[in-house]
Amino acid sequence: MVVFEKPHALTDVPLHYCPGCTHGIVHRLVAEAIDELGIEGQTIGIAPVGCSVMAYDYFNCDMIEAAHGRAPAVATGVKRADPDNHIVFTYQGDGDLASIGMAETVHAAARNENITVIFINNAIYGMTGGQMAPTSLPGQVTQTSPYGRDTSHCGYPIRVCEMLATLEGPEYLERVTVNNVANVRKAKKAIKKAFQNQIDKKGFSLIEVVSSCPTNWGMTPQDALKWIDDNMLPYYPLGVYKDRSAKEEK
Amino acid sequence: MADKVLMKGNEALAEAAILAGCRHYFGYPITPQTEVAAYMAKKMPKIGGTFLQAESEIAAINMVYGVSSAGHRVMTSSSSPGISLKGEGISYLAGADLPALVVNVQRGGPGLGGIQPSQSDYFQATKGAAHGDFHMIVLAPASVQEMAELTIKGFELADKYRMTSMILADGTMGQMMEPVDLDFKITPEPEKPWATTGTKLKRNHNIVNSLSLVPEELEQLNIARYERYKTVEENECMYEEYLVDDADIVLVAFGITSRVSKHAIDNAREQGVKVGLIRPITLWPFPKAPFQKAVGHAKAFITVELNMGQMIEDVKLATNCKVPVHLCNRVGGMIPDHTQVYDKIMEINEEVK
Amino acid sequence: MAKLKFKTDFCKGCGLCVDACPKKLLKLATDKINKKGHHPAEITDQDSCTGCTSCAIMCPDCVITVER
Repeated sequence: MVVFEKPHALTDVPLHYCPGCTHGIVHRLVAEAIDELGIEGQTIGIAPVGCSVMAYDYFNCDMIEAAHGRAPAVATGVKRADPDNHIVFTYQGDGDLASIGMAETVHAAARNENITVIFINNAIYGMTGGQMAPTSLPGQVTQTSPYGRDTSHCGYPIRVCEMLATLEGPEYLERVTVNNVANVRKAKKAIKKAFQNQIDKKGFSLIEVVSSCPTNWGMTPQDALKWIDDNMLPYYPLGVYKDRSAKEEK
Repeated sequence: MADKVLMKGNEALAEAAILAGCRHYFGYPITPQTEVAAYMAKKMPKIGGTFLQAESEIAAINMVYGVSSAGHRVMTSSSSPGISLKGEGISYLAGADLPALVVNVQRGGPGLGGIQPSQSDYFQATKGAAHGDFHMIVLAPASVQEMAELTIKGFELADKYRMTSMILADGTMGQMMEPVDLDFKITPEPEKPWATTGTKLKRNHNIVNSLSLVPEELEQLNIARYERYKTVEENECMYEEYLVDDADIVLVAFGITSRVSKHAIDNAREQGVKVGLIRPITLWPFPKAPFQKAVGHAKAFITVELNMGQMIEDVKLATNCKVPVHLCNRVGGMIPDHTQVYDKIMEINEEVK
Repeated sequence: MAKLKFKTDFCKGCGLCVDACPKKLLKLATDKINKKGHHPAEITDQDSCTGCTSCAIMCPDCVITVER
């Protein structure tokens, strides 16, 4: 009996991501959630500019490529076009979601737009070759912070879940990571819940996935996963930052 | 024929959009087009539609991109500075071959400019709304009736050619009140098999996309798009001619200045000056045919514009610069009155006698 | 009895599966090169594999199918 295989919601196209990049794991988790909830035929995914811009080749559901940062606005349009039948997710990186698209992110959350946002936080711009992101850590060396991120010069990284949790709007906010088997399982659960919330018409769910970028961090895939534990998680603690329904049930 | 109703241009436009089957409107407040948003805010919830005030013009145009991807008629409206912000989204709409209606009720610029009527976004609308090789279908109403008619036409052309249609109005068209006949025959929306509405597990997945990293493929996409534009140019040019057949001097104007021009023409005709008007209704595609005909008898052209001279370049191209083309203009929210246009006609008449 | 199947040509040789295996049964085949030019992952001792799926869970490229 097959106990593990590529989910149906993923195509057979080989991913273009670098060796050991965790985008592939998160793509699979999203596809598994779509499979298990039986929603592939009604799901529309939106991937804006960034490493995952070509996600339209990788998911079997209908896909839209969007302008940099604008996925939550595009998702708003797609969702409102047919709110009862469309299941809509965005798949966005940190530069996309927390820098150029911050307004679209905050306002979609404030409206409690009934969509699912998958947010890949790997603290760097991957596709353009490793520039400083809004989530790059203090002191982190990147192509555009070659002496390390100097917070006196360019400020501090943004904790998206914590910030959005101050809003009345959003239904569900959780930060997860995928740097080991146990954490991947937890991430899967969170992502599935984020889709289930949408099916249940509960509103805006965002799952921040603390991810690795071995290529632009300049380390092996193994070291990159360890770097998440040692450096990313102390600044970006895992956990549920908002779960309105759970709170109301109490 | 139904009874006419007295409406503001912006409201007639909004009502026509609803008649055209548009059930999704996204916008952001900006003078002088806010009545469109206000009208939609009142009407849409009552007819099961969506009115959403977006966080920015950028968000609004991307919400339009989303609804259009899902295969529905959708629109946004704004005024000049807001249209600049929408430029990015308009380019993506073009790159993804998505239909949409964008309304620009122009005000004076550049920068924040003013809030009074202007036609200074002619270049932006017809030549360079944003990055990349693309066109929009640009429709220029000259009455409240046309604000409604061209809105419906705009939706139909957008769907037919998978393009953005822009209503390029000015503050006057938006604000003035006139009787309107809203009894329209609406062409039903075509099937949109390319739309991202969910596969229902019955077809391969649809992809809405403007990215193409293989240069040979991107080149072909651009060429194919321009083949489509050629069909638009051949089939969809619209214009009005007024007393052009025997004219020595031909005025060229769209929107409010065409109405001022007609007044001046009537006065000049009374003085025996043979003067007429070509009013382009589609600014892109620019109607070349009436110019090629008029250039056989006209000794001069005068464009009457609310800008520093933008359409004048298209008139020179359409006439192959065979006769002089002059400019009669006001800017910054000012509108020439008929005496200014009349004086210009008389001045040029002296030159061409 | 568990069995792993590898879609070898999709493997990028990142080795995350190698580290994930609790019994250390996987390795990168340094004597082989796949279509992409990577040393693909393979199992060294199929009989000892319990089919726990840890390797497949960590694989970013869906290379591994697990049967049990």
